[in-house]
Amino acid sequence: MANGHESTMPGGHAATTHDAHTGQGHNVHGSHHPRLQHHFYNMDQQLEASTLGMWVFLVTEIMFFGGLFMAYIVYRYWYPDAWVSASNHLDVGLGALNTGVLIFSSLTMALAVRSAQVGSRMGQVVNLILTIMFGATFLVVKYFEYAAKFTTGKGHEDGTLIPGPTFSPSLPKAEQLFFALYFIMTGIHAAHMVVGIGIMLVILAMAWKGRFGPDYYGPVEVSGLYWHFVDIVWIFLFPLLYLLGAHFGGGH
Amino acid sequence: MSNSHTHHIITPVGTYVAVFVGLLILTGATYVVATIDLGWLNTPVALAVALLKASLVVIYFMGVRYNTPLTKVVVVAGFFWLLIMFSLTMADYVSRPWIGVPGR
Amino acid sequence: MSERHSYLDAPHGLASWLLTKDHKRIAMLYLISITIFFAIGGLFALGIRLELMTPAGDLVSPDTYNKLFTLHGVIMIFFFLIPSIPATLGNFFIPIMCGTKDLAFPRINLLSWYLYVIGGTMGIAAVAFGGLDTGWTFYTPYSTQSSTTSVTIAAMAAFIAGFSSILTGFNFIVTIHRMRAPGLTWFRLPLFVWSHYATSLVMILGTPVIAITLVLVMAERTLGLPVFDPRVGGDPVLFQHLFWFYSHPAVYIMILPGMGVVSELVAAVSRKQIFGYAFVAFSSLAIAILGFLVWGHHLFVSSQSIYAGLVFSIISMLVAVPSAVKAFNWTATMYKGAITWESPTYWVIGFMGLFLIGGLTGLFLATMGLDIHLTDTYFVVAHFHYIMVGGAIMAFLGGVHFYWPKMTGKLYNEPLGKVSAVLVFVGFNMTFFPQFLLGYLGMPRRYHSYPPEFQVLNLASTGGATILGLGYGLCVVYLLYSLKWGKVAPANPWGAKGLEWERTQSPPTTFNFEEDPIIVTEPAYNYRPAGTVHHG
Repeated sequence: MANGHESTMPGGHAATTHDAHTGQGHNVHGSHHPRLQHHFYNMDQQLEASTLGMWVFLVTEIMFFGGLFMAYIVYRYWYPDAWVSASNHLDVGLGALNTGVLIFSSLTMALAVRSAQVGSRMGQVVNLILTIMFGATFLVVKYFEYAAKFTTGKGHEDGTLIPGPTFSPSLPKAEQLFFALYFIMTGIHAAHMVVGIGIMLVILAMAWKGRFGPDYYGPVEVSGLYWHFVDIVWIFLFPLLYLLGAHFGGGH
Repeated sequence: MSNSHTHHIITPVGTYVAVFVGLLILTGATYVVATIDLGWLNTPVALAVALLKASLVVIYFMGVRYNTPLTKVVVVAGFFWLLIMFSLTMADYVSRPWIGVPGR
Repeated sequence: MSERHSYLDAPHGLASWLLTKDHKRIAMLYLISITIFFAIGGLFALGIRLELMTPAGDLVSPDTYNKLFTLHGVIMIFFFLIPSIPATLGNFFIPIMCGTKDLAFPRINLLSWYLYVIGGTMGIAAVAFGGLDTGWTFYTPYSTQSSTTSVTIAAMAAFIAGFSSILTGFNFIVTIHRMRAPGLTWFRLPLFVWSHYATSLVMILGTPVIAITLVLVMAERTLGLPVFDPRVGGDPVLFQHLFWFYSHPAVYIMILPGMGVVSELVAAVSRKQIFGYAFVAFSSLAIAILGFLVWGHHLFVSSQSIYAGLVFSIISMLVAVPSAVKAFNWTATMYKGAITWESPTYWVIGFMGLFLIGGLTGLFLATMGLDIHLTDTYFVVAHFHYIMVGGAIMAFLGGVHFYWPKMTGKLYNEPLGKVSAVLVFVGFNMTFFPQFLLGYLGMPRRYHSYPPEFQVLNLASTGGATILGLGYGLCVVYLLYSLKWGKVAPANPWGAKGLEWERTQSPPTTFNFEEDPIIVTEPAYNYRPAGTVHHG
C-alpha cells in the first residue's frame, strides 16, 4: 500500500487473500462473518461506514431542526415579552419530568449498546425494554400536555392555546407564533421519538434472538446514535420553550 | 477477519451512570437558575448548560470520544453550519432598524 | 445486446431491476426517470414560449400562465437538475472511480430512487389536481394563505424528492471517505469524485433546511399554524431566508457535478493531465462552502437590511473566484493538448463558453445596486438558464455521450453526436441571449403579456427554443437507436485514462472489476506527454 494515505481498511492488513468475491458475490469461505456485506472488506470497515453514515444523517437532522430554531430565534428577538408570557403557559414540571425521562432513556440506551459489546443478551433486552418504556412515557406525558392546550385554562380563560380562531383573544397575538412553533417543534420531535421507538422494537426483537454480540453490534450502536440525538434535541427544546424569563411556575 | 474489533474500547458502566447523574444535576441547575432573575444573562446561561449537557451525551453516550477524527469533524461541522444560518440571518434582522427600513 | 456477461443482462427480469442493489442499475433507472421529467418540464417550457410569442396574453389565462412557469421550474429543478448528474453518472461511476464494488449503502441507494419516483408521482398529482401557481419559490403569504392550487401536494413532492437527494449525498460521502481502494489517496482521485464529494456536502447541509421550510408551509396551510403570517406578527421574509438558505446552495448542487464531468472530458479529449489538479479539487470545496454564505442576494429587494445585503453582495462576488479558477485550469489543460474533435469535445467546449457567460452575468446580479434594476426581469432568467442549461445540461449530455459506450456497451452515431451539440448550442443561444436584452430593457419575468416593442426578441427566443428542443430530441433518438442497432463498444473507445476506462469492460460486470482487490499506483489523468495518441 502507498504510504501516507488514510487507511480504508482499519484492520491494517492488505486484502491479498483471494476470496470468492470475483463475480458471484457470495462468501464461500467460513472466515467471513455472515453479516458482512459483499462490498466491504471486513466488519470493521462496515461498522465504521455505518457509524459515519449515521452521523452524516444526524447532521441532516441538525439542519432540519435548525430551521425551526432559526424561526424561534427570529421571533423571540422581535417579541421577547410575548415569548416570556407564552412560556408561562407551559407546564414546567411536566417538561422537567420529560427531560429526566429522556436522559434516563439515554442511559439505558448506552447500556444496551454496551451489553451488545460484551455479549450480554439479557443486558441488551432489559435495557432496550427500559429505553422503549421511557420513550413511551415521554409520549404519554406529551399527550397530556397537548390536551391541556385545547381547552381553556388558567391564564387563558377565554380561549385555547391553539393558534387560529380559537386562540385566547386576551393574549398578545405574537403568542400565537410561540405556540405554533411550540407545537411544530415538539410535534416533529415527538414524531422522531415514535420512529425511534419503532426502530428500538425491531432491534429488541433481533437482540432477543441473540443476533448481536462483540463481533456484530453495529445496528444497536447506530440506532443508539439516533436515539441520543433525539434526546439532545429535547435538551435544547426544554430551556428554550419552558424556562424563559425568571418568573414561571404557576403558569399552567 | 470477522473479529477485528481490537481497537474498540468498551466504556465501563460506572462512567455511563456518572454521566447520567451529571446530566440530571445539570437539568436541575437549569431549572433553578431560571427562577433567579439574572437579567440578560438568563438566556446565555441556559444555553451554555444545554450545550454542556449535549456535549456530555455526544462524547460519552454516543461514544464520539472514541471515534475517528473524521467523525468528530462531522459532528462539529453540523453545529457550525447551524451557526452560519443563525448568524447571517440575524445579521439581517439586527441591522434592519439601523437604516429605518419600513416594515421593521 | 452484448453477448458478454455484464450488469445489464445478469440477472434477468423486471424484478431483478426493481429490487436491484447494483449502483449501475440504479443509475440507469434514474436515467430513465429523469429523462421523463425533463420531457414534462420541457412541455411546460413550450407552453411558456408559445404564449410569449405575442405581446398580449392571448393563448392562456393569467392563472394558467402562472401554473406553466411554476411547474416548469418545480419539475426542472427538483425532479431533473438536482438528481441529474449525481444520480446517474455519479451513482454509476463513483464506486468504479473509487475502485470498489458498490456504494457504501446499496439498499439506501435503491430507496433513494423509490423516494424520487414517489416524489415525482406526487408532483404529477399536483399538476393534475389544480396545478401550482406560486412560482417554484413558494413565497409566503401567497403560498400559505391565498393560493388555491395544490401547494401542499407539491410541497410534499419536493420534500420527498429532497429526502432522495439527501440519501444520495450521504451515500457518496461515506463511500468516498471509507471505501477507496488501496493506494487510492484523495489526490489520486478523478476530479469527478471531488466535485461529487463537494456536491454531497451541499446536499447534506442544505436540503434539510428546505425540507423543514416546506413542512412549515404545509403546517401553516393545512393546520393553520401561523409561522409566516403577518397578521399575528410573522415575517414572510423569514420564509425567504429559510428557502434560499437551501436554494442558493442548490444551484451548486446542480453545477458542481457538471464541472466534475467537464474535468473528465477536458482531460480525455486533450489527452493531458488536468492543469492545476489540486486547485481544481479545492475549488470544488470552496464553491460548496462559500455557496452557503450568499443566499441573501436573492433578498436584496425584499426589505432585507442593506448592511446584510452588503455582506451577501461581497461574498457573492467571492464565490465566482473558484469557478473562474476552474475555467482557467480547463483552458490551460486544453492548451497544447492533443485535442481530438469527437462529440464530447463539442459538448465540453459548448459548456465552457456558455458557463462563462452565465457566470459573468451572475456578477452583475451580485452587485446590489445593479440588482435593484435587474431583479425579477428576464436578465435573471437568462443568467440562470445560461448556467443551468448552457452549463449543467450541456455537461450532463456531454457526460452521457462520453460515458454511453461504457454504460451501455454500444456506440452511438458519432457525427450525429456532434450535430446535436451544435444544434443545442445554437438553439440555446438563440433562446436565451435575447432574454438578457429583454431584462436589461425592463421586461419583467413571470408576466404573460408584455409591451409590443419586446415582441421581436421574444419571437427570436421562441424560435431558438424550437431548435433547442430539436437538438435534445435528436439526442434521444440516436442514443436509443444505438441500444438496439449500435456497434458494440470496446472497453476504452476514447483512449482515456482512469479505472472506469482501463480496468472495466464495456458495460462493466456486476461487481465492476475483474481483479480483486484493485490496487492503484498512478495519479489521475496519467496521460503520456501531449501528442501521443493511445487507443485502449
